[in-house]
Amino acid sequence: MVDVLFFVFAAMAVGGAFGVVLQKNPVASLLFMVGTLGAIAGIFVLFEAHFLAAVQVIVYAGAIMVLFLFVIMLLNLGHDYRADIRSGIGAFLAFAVSGAFAGLLARQFRGAEENPLYQRFPGPEGMDALLAEQGIVGAIARPLYTDYVVAFELVAILLLVALVGAVALAKRRV
Amino acid sequence: MLVEALVLSAILFVIGTFGVLLRKNAIIIFLCIELQLNAVNLSFVAFSRFLGIDGQLFVFFVMTVAAAEAAVGLAIIISVFRHYEAVNVNNFNLLKW
Repeated sequence: MVDVLFFVFAAMAVGGAFGVVLQKNPVASLLFMVGTLGAIAGIFVLFEAHFLAAVQVIVYAGAIMVLFLFVIMLLNLGHDYRADIRSGIGAFLAFAVSGAFAGLLARQFRGAEENPLYQRFPGPEGMDALLAEQGIVGAIARPLYTDYVVAFELVAILLLVALVGAVALAKRRV
Repeated sequence: MLVEALVLSAILFVIGTFGVLLRKNAIIIFLCIELQLNAVNLSFVAFSRFLGIDGQLFVFFVMTVAAAEAAVGLAIIISVFRHYEAVNVNNFNLLKW
């Protein structure tokens, strides 16, 4: 059941990703991206990361994508069908670079199951015990406010800086 | 299921790279960068199923940084649009040699 769902979500994610890259209309691209994000949230659920799945749907698919949609509509790009897909040497370079990249990644996966490191890989039992004891939110919150508290505060400052920076960049010169 | 998830993550990352290189619309390029970030998040979550909760915390931080990056990037795109009336990356050449 889980495996079937995984492949369904994987197919949705890859199809949506191709939609993002190949759609001419930016709004259609964006909606494909929302589909991809939803599929990835589904895969997060399959990996027992329920909190991150909720955050993915609310923050990513909800907030960040709406920000993109606002900008597309603010700049009135929704019906701008001028070809923005590179052709000729640009397209060739895109194919070559991403093909080389895919080849390098595929090499890493060849024989992965026979790799001694993979054979010794721990099973999900440890995580199951942690989740049964603390629940997913507790399991994330505890280290977030103890071991990672410095990173947490730095990220808070980063968000403040980004907020001020975005307003300063986007406002009209007065 | 770990290897399948990592393969999916690699596929999504390559598609994102392809999109960044193929498109000229700055907003679509941004979307493809978000796609790459999500591919990385997916492999973090897949590993965290077996190696402990830390991977999910990393994903949390990646999402925060992605939100900040999207806000600043879109602000830059808006101010470039004011100047050129287009969001084509061919216009972004002020820092090119």
